[in-house]
Parts: sequence; structure tokens; C-alpha cells
Amino acid sequence: MARMASTRRVAISSLAAWLAGFLIFFPILWMVLASFKTELEAFAIPPSFLFFHWTTENYATVQERSDYLHHALNSIIVAGGSTLIALLIAIPAAWSMAFSPTKRTKDVLLWMLSTKMMPPVGVLVPIYLIYRDFALLDSRAGLVFILCLGNLPIVIWMLFTYFKEIPKDILEAARMDGATIGRELIYVLTPMAVPGIASTLLLNLILAWNEAFWTLNLSTLNAAPLTVFIASYSSPEGLFWAKLSAASTLAIAPILVLGWFSQRQLVRGLTFGAVK
Amino acid sequence: MKIVRGALLGVAALLLSAPSLAQTTLTIATVNNGDMIRMQGLTGEFTAKNPDIAVKWVTLEENVLRQRVTTDIATKGGQFDVLTIGTYEVPIWAKKNWLVPLDQLPADYDVADLLPKIRDAVSVSGKLYAAPFYGESSMVMYRTDLFQKAGLAMPEKPTWDFVIEAAKKLTDKDAGVYGICLRGKAGWGENIAFLTAMANSYGARWFDEKWEPQFDKPEWKKTISTYVDLMKQAGPPGASSNGFNENLALFNAGKCAMWIDATVAASFVTNPKDSRVADKVGFALAPNTGLGKNANWLWAWNLAIPAGSKKVDAATKFIAWATSKDYTKLVASKDGWSNVPPGTRTSLYQNPDYVKVAPFAKLTLASIDAADPNKPTVQPVPYVGVQYAAIPEFQGIGTAVGQQFSAALSGSTTVDAALSAAQSSTEREMKRAGYIK
Amino acid sequence: MATRQTQLLARTLLTPAVGLLFVWMIIPLVLTIYFSTLHYNLLDSESKQFIGLENFRYFLTDPAFLASLQNTLVLVGSVLGLTILLGIPLALLLDQPVIGRSLVRLMVIAPFFVMPTVSALIWKNLLMHPVSGLFAFVAKLFGAAPIDWFNDVPLFAIILIVSWQWLPFATLILLTALQSLDEEQKEAAEMDGAGALSSFIYITLPHLARPITVVILIETIFLLTVFAEIFVTTGGGPGLQTTNIAFLIYAQALIQYDIGSASAGGLVAVVIANIVAFFLVRIVGRNLEA
Repeated sequence: MARMASTRRVAISSLAAWLAGFLIFFPILWMVLASFKTELEAFAIPPSFLFFHWTTENYATVQERSDYLHHALNSIIVAGGSTLIALLIAIPAAWSMAFSPTKRTKDVLLWMLSTKMMPPVGVLVPIYLIYRDFALLDSRAGLVFILCLGNLPIVIWMLFTYFKEIPKDILEAARMDGATIGRELIYVLTPMAVPGIASTLLLNLILAWNEAFWTLNLSTLNAAPLTVFIASYSSPEGLFWAKLSAASTLAIAPILVLGWFSQRQLVRGLTFGAVK
Repeated sequence: MKIVRGALLGVAALLLSAPSLAQTTLTIATVNNGDMIRMQGLTGEFTAKNPDIAVKWVTLEENVLRQRVTTDIATKGGQFDVLTIGTYEVPIWAKKNWLVPLDQLPADYDVADLLPKIRDAVSVSGKLYAAPFYGESSMVMYRTDLFQKAGLAMPEKPTWDFVIEAAKKLTDKDAGVYGICLRGKAGWGENIAFLTAMANSYGARWFDEKWEPQFDKPEWKKTISTYVDLMKQAGPPGASSNGFNENLALFNAGKCAMWIDATVAASFVTNPKDSRVADKVGFALAPNTGLGKNANWLWAWNLAIPAGSKKVDAATKFIAWATSKDYTKLVASKDGWSNVPPGTRTSLYQNPDYVKVAPFAKLTLASIDAADPNKPTVQPVPYVGVQYAAIPEFQGIGTAVGQQFSAALSGSTTVDAALSAAQSSTEREMKRAGYIK
Repeated sequence: MATRQTQLLARTLLTPAVGLLFVWMIIPLVLTIYFSTLHYNLLDSESKQFIGLENFRYFLTDPAFLASLQNTLVLVGSVLGLTILLGIPLALLLDQPVIGRSLVRLMVIAPFFVMPTVSALIWKNLLMHPVSGLFAFVAKLFGAAPIDWFNDVPLFAIILIVSWQWLPFATLILLTALQSLDEEQKEAAEMDGAGALSSFIYITLPHLARPITVVILIETIFLLTVFAEIFVTTGGGPGLQTTNIAFLIYAQALIQYDIGSASAGGLVAVVIANIVAFFLVRIVGRNLEA
């Protein structure tokens, strides 16, 4: 389908891409390197890039002090749960707006986005009081609920965008072949929307993973995700950058894995084979 | 059938007669500072002595902790059983009856052993509302080698004039050594803590007896212009966003000839693992201008019990353990005397083992003694607190004023403009809060 | 084309989302409006009294208000500009056949993974610090004076950090959108003699119009309430240079638990966001329908 790219073109593109990638990734690389340094080395001048005394003491400290697995599990449940539930609600909604748009569709979309305009600091106390009365404080269900609603507009918007790219002809063809709406959704639409769903899932999972307002204020112990874990390494009195780097590297490890798999779904042509 | 019935009865009997280890679980909210982390690590010792109490920790960064705990206690959320709060919160919350007065401490707790100023800071009307875990003041930390090379001798009670002259002499920007490193980052607990203490030593105060802000008076002007000039000539670049940690990093890397900050920093700068200048540090009292107040502050982190708690007994037991003399001995046996929580008990400073390994002990004690939260300034004031005013509005006011002063430091406004902005924003806030008409 | 039946079904499928979001919006909104008319300080809870619009008047007459409004708009505009102007070429680049493409893509997306507080701390202390940061070190290597980022150009420093964090977001959405770009159309154009640039302008860019709009609108919503990065690096200073509306609400109200004022500030922020969204939709909103 695509013309075979010339070797020279591939070489130039690769060079440019790797340069850009390296520049963008550099601060994170620096952070990961810092996690293997002693606190003294972490801010040493001149800074050492590779040749320093590598140590895993920061990871050991983090392990000893906090229950990483407990927090990671909570993050997975809360971020994963809220994103999946949001997807389940959003896919039908986005489908309906993309394929049966009405005059009000744009207004509805904008209204949905406007539900995110209230800065959370303004509603902290009311929400805290409600959660207290419903015994939702420090519960994973409580966090899943609030994060799901928080991200729902974003999920819907992103899915809407990607669904709009899918040519209606394909859906028409399927319908004419006798498929019901349900089958249409599952067997025709979803496979074609795989790149879109994958990137929506990834981005929203990250937004939920790093959400540091509600997760810090509405959880204490049982439901505390990795954001609380990080908050216990951030800015104490004393040198902390190496430990914070270690904690942060541990915190992004699961998403790096997820990110790897998600972006592999970004494959061209998934939408077009079917038409031809 | 009979067998089943018998079995069921047997099981029931077993369940009913099993010793009911009624476990009380204490959820403790604390700051992520080194001494608290250490306390967290020693929990096993407590639970061994108290098998019916389980302890769970929530460790957070100071600002997050404060927000979390305040939200919870004000809405009676009941999420925490033991709180770690500062001497800023204790008077405010005690007056609102949000804290359980600590009347049930065991006899051997020896309340009289607590350092008098620290005890004052956590008591209201003579009653103890929180148990101090560690206390601090601020002092001068300086590089003995650099002073020696320049032929200067730091007196034990230096004046600001001396410190300023020394800083200018010791600055060598080409070599990357700066005469003095001071806090500049905006925040009520960041630059304002330092500047308020400094202002105290210059005879300034935040409010007069009628709660009128005093930034338009000459004392504040002297303080801020001295600060800005000093930092311009002898301070490191980036000062306007340097807080405690940034300055600690600079000092440990050998970039500062002097640093005036919390006494707890002393154990960091003399630790060879974290500091390149560990064996070259001397200490002195925070500077004064001869008016009777030094530029040092008073702070303690304390353990308290929220009102309405159903676990007062267990919580009291824990608090008594964590702030007792025995706890200090425990830490000493595991991590050495230099790592015991400082600044709360007179007995610690009379202990020769401690004084031996902590060269800063004497000055820490002197600094704490020199700060009086009930009478923090030269002129009379209606508030308590040395480097803050213990009113709820102070956090907001302090943040806004802190922003102005960091602007003066960075050069983006003049000292006069900063002071007048501080005056008007504070006046505005005090009017709204009803302190002044 | 959609039959009546499909329309009905479409409405039904939309209902759960709309319903939930409506409840989610209305309860906090009502409570916030209620609180905004009270003098209600959590630390002072006896004195809960109705004061009408006084909270709003106080917030809007704050001398810092105009400056923080300006900073907010500058921050949002600059980050939008940077992320989209850099995101488009980046997405195009990552769409090419590149050796180790998966790994490079992961590297480009990675900044979005790190918690904003941690990113800001790393940038401030390990990279941008004028004495001990990496940038300062590199500058001195070339004999230049290190830039005192947070002293001299604080807002710009924040813009850089936030753009770095959000660039992956824009890139990923645009890259995903490129997956559905019809290669054949481009090939046909090339055979007709169109150069790479006009192929880009007339085929790729229109295709990306809708995703770019979505990126603009979503990023705006998030960028209007940037807080953590500012709090951790400059504390709103020096002066008011990095104070935005979110920070102003925090400094004026939340930090001292003045719920009335915080609610009023929140509502003001909502109004501002609506105004901004209104203008944005005017400019780019057509692309949503296409």
C-alpha cells in the first residue's frame, strides 16, 4: 500500500526522529539516572552523566519505607477502572454523536467539556462532605467514581474525533449486509477504531494515573494510589531528589509498559483495508 | 446429624472462647521529614509493647499534609487518629476545640522536662494540646575554613553588621562561592518565615496592637532593603526561588560561606554522606541588631489527637511513647545520638552523650531559648508566633506578601513598591477578616 | 441517512453519558453557588453568614486579579502554540518508517507519564538551577552566563515546563489521526506532480483540522487550571509574574480555608473558561462538524 521508502529517506527520518526523541526524553533519562545516584551526586557540579557511583540504595530505601505494590495496585484499579468504565459509557455516546449527529451535537459536546471548567479547588469541601456522609472517603470505589466522571468528557471527545474519521460507507455496507447496531458496534466499528481507542485509553489512563488532587484529598490508606506514594517523597526537609527520582521511576514503570503496547496499535491502514 | 451439631457447637465454642485480640488501628498522619520517617521505622518497638494497637502511617509532604489534615479535621471526616501539626496550627485549633487536651499522659512522661518555650507554643491556658516531637529554631551555619582563610572570627552572638560585612568579604563569584545563602522563594513558610524573624531582630512587627499592618514603618523598610542589598552583593543567583532544600544543596556543595536557616539543617550539613563540607561547619546564634531580639524563629512538629476521636486511649499511648525520653534512647541505640529528634526536652541537652556528638546542640538550645512565641517582637503585638502570626488568615496574607518580597529580591520591583503592595494587600485582607474596620 | 430508529437508538446510547455528567455538574455547581454567597471560613465556622455578592466583589477587585488573568491567558496561549506547532511536525515524523519507531514514539510520549509535580521539581532543580543545574553547566562550558530562569523569565520557564509535559498529548492525538489518512490520495497527488509541501497543506492539514481543534479545546481546559508546576517552582512569584487564576484562588482562599471566597473564585474561573471557549469555538469550531 505504501510505497517502499527509499533507504536515504528512512535514514534521514530516523536521524531526525531519534534526535527529537532524545531531546524530549532527556529530562526523564536524567531523572532515571539520578535515581541511581547518591543524594550528593544528584546535584553535583559538574554533573556526571554515566561515570558515577551507581547505587540502588534509593530503591532500597523506597521499598523499605513505602508499600509500592499496594499503591501500584491501587493506581491500576483506580486509573484502569475509571478509564475502562468511562470507555464503556463513552463508546456508545461517541458513536451516537459521530454517526447520528443532530443540530445539537456540537452544543452537547461543548457542554460536556464545560463540566471540566470548575477548578477542583473550588469544590473540595462540598465533595469532601458528601463523600464523608456516604462513607466513600478512602475507598477505591469513591476514587473510581470521581475520576471516571472527571475524564468522561475527554474520553468522549477523543473517541468522537476518531470515529468521525471512519468512513460511513463501511458501516453502511455492514448494515446492508444485515448487521444489527450491536454487531455493527462490536464487529465493524471497534476493530477499525483500534488506533483511536488505544490512544484514548492510554492518554486518559495517564490523566487518571497522575491525577493528584482528588486522589490525595479523598484517600488515606486503603485506596491510596501512587500519587500519594510520590507525595511522601516530595520536598521533605533535606535532600530528596535521588529518592524522588527513584520513586517516580517506579511510579511510571507500569505506564511505560502500557504505553509501549498502546503505541504499537498505531498502525496505518486499519481503516482502509475493509473498503477496498 | 448429631455429629454435625456437635461440630457446629464445638466451632462456636472455639470462636467464643478465643482470646479476642481487640485490635485498635491508629492511622497517623505525618510529615515526610527524616525524624518522622525514622519514627515510622521504629513502629515495631511500639507495637511489641502494645500488641493490641496496630499502627498505620500516612506520610505526606508538608503542604499536602496540612491541607489534607485541615480539611479532615474541619469537616470531622474522621480519617486520622493521630495528627502531626505544627506550632502554627496548635493555638488556632486548640481554641476551636478541635484538639483533645493531653491530660492523660502517664506520670513518667515528665511534662516539666519539655523546653519551656516549646511547651508554651503547644499549650493554651496552661493545658498541653499537642506533644512536641521535634523542635527547631534557626541559626547561622558558616564555613570555618573560609572564615579562617579570610582572617575572620565568628562571634557566638553576631550582629547583622558583622554578618553583612563578612558575607561581602567572602563572596567570590568567579569561584562560585557566595557570602551568604538565604531563603527567597515566595511562601508563608518559605521566605516569610525567615524575613519575619529577621524583621523581629530589626524591631519590626507584622501588626500593632490594633492589628494594623506595619509595612509602612521604617523597621520593615530597613529589614527588606538590607536583605535585598545583601543578597544582591553576596547571594547566589536564583535566590528568589531558593527555599530550604535548594539552599541546603548549595551549602552542601560548598557554594555558601554562610547560611541562616533551621537548626535541623545542622545535622544535614555535618553528615559526610550528604555534604562535601561536613567537617568544616561552625555555628552561631542568628544575628541581632542589639534591640533584644535575634533573627531566629521557633517551630516544632507535634502529635495531637482530633476532638471526637474514639481512640483517645490508644492515641495517647502512642503519643506518649513517641515523644518520651525512652524514645530518644531508642533512636540513640539504633542510629546514634546525633539522629535523635532535637529541640524538645531539657534532659536531652544535659545528656553528655548527646552533646558530645552534636556540636550544634548548645547553640540549638540557646536559639530555642532566645525565641519567645508569646512575646516575639520588640514592640508589643496582639498575636503569638515568632515567624508567623497564629491567625488563620496568615497563610494567605503571608503568601501574598512573600510574593512581593521575592519580587523585590529578583529586582522586578523596588523595595518601596514591594512594601507598599504588602501593606495594601494585608490591610485589605485584615479588613475583610474583620480585624480592622 | 440515519433512520428514525437509529436516531432513537442514538439518543438512548447518549443518555448514560449525558445523565451522569449532568448530575456531576449540577451538584457541585449548586453547592458552589450557594457557598459563594456566604462568608464561610472553615477555620471559623461559627460565622456562616449570607453576604451576597461580596465574595465576588472582593475577588474581582483584588489588585492581583488582572495580572493573574493576563498570566493565565499568556500561559494557555503560549503552551497551545508551542505544543501544536511542534506537535504537527513531530507527528508527521513519527508516522514515517523509522528505525526503532516504537521506541522513539515511546520516548516522545514519555513526558506525559511523569507526575506534574515531579516534572517541575526535576526541571527546576536538576536542569534549570542557575548554580547546580545541567543547563547552567552547559552554558558555562560554552562560556556563556547561565540563565537565571525563575528569577528573570519565570513565566517563560513555566511555559517551557508545561509545554514539555503536554507536547506528547498533542503529538499522540495527531499521530493517531494520521493513521486514518488515506495514503492513496497522497500518492495520486504526487503522481500529479504535487510537491511534499503542497501535499501537506492541501491534504494532510485539512485532515488534521478536527484533531487539532480537539487538542486545542482539551488542552485549554487543562491549561487554564495549571497549579502544581507553579506552586512547586516559584510559589506564584517573583511578585505576580507566575500567578494565574488557579494560584490566585489558592493563595487568596483555599490556603486559609475561606470556602466562600474559593467558591466565588471557582465560579469566576468557570466564567473565564467559558469566555475563552466561546472565542475558540468561534475560531476553530467549524472543524468539529466537517
